[in-house]
Amino acid sequence: MKTTVKFFASFHDMTGRRELNLEVREGLTVGELYHDLRARFPRLADYSGSLLFTANAEYVPADHALHDGDEVALIPPVSGGAHAH
Amino acid sequence: MLISITADPLDPQPFIEHVRRDESGAVALFLGVVRNNNLGRRVLHLEYDAYPQMAEKKLRQVAEEIMSHWPITDIAIAHRTGRLEIGETSLVVVVSSPHRREAFDACQHAVDRIKEVAPIWKKEVWEGGEAWIEGEGHPTLKPK
Repeated sequence: MKTTVKFFASFHDMTGRRELNLEVREGLTVGELYHDLRARFPRLADYSGSLLFTANAEYVPADHALHDGDEVALIPPVSGGAHAH
Repeated sequence: MLISITADPLDPQPFIEHVRRDESGAVALFLGVVRNNNLGRRVLHLEYDAYPQMAEKKLRQVAEEIMSHWPITDIAIAHRTGRLEIGETSLVVVVSSPHRREAFDACQHAVDRIKEVAPIWKKEVWEGGEAWIEGEGHPTLKPK
């Protein structure tokens, strides 16, 4: 099935891309997708404890399974996060 | 309610007019402005990147959350993207309410929430370098 991954801010700098169209297996989770992307873009691994995932523009947990045509984004920490409570 | 993500310069006046009501005696306005220094460095300019469709949705959710928790009459939020020079406005939050206290409180809470949940990032460019300003993750958004 197809998915589009979007990269913003520091992730855009690391990957040199705004988005990537991928063919992935049925039922792949966003966490697994991130794991696979780290092989291609190793610097993404630095963010394993701080990034968030979205599917179709909503935050989702790492075990969220993707559907055909979903738009995924890896979300680097936003600047205000440090002072959140 | 008025929500905007734009690469164009932000003028707060239309947002003030949008929330103003005859029954509301208070309008609180917050402007986020590009500062010329950070951590002892002289900042030359900033660049904001955003996930536009999602950022607009998140700003709308923040506005709805604020409307449901404070007795305010209206709220407007606008965030700029792209390159911003020193002194330019990056964020406009304006709240109207019958009395001043709830307008101040709701406006402050809205700004705090926007900085937590909106997928908008700031890159600082200074003499000899640049860096994305990243917090320590998203403590209130960690998947359960």
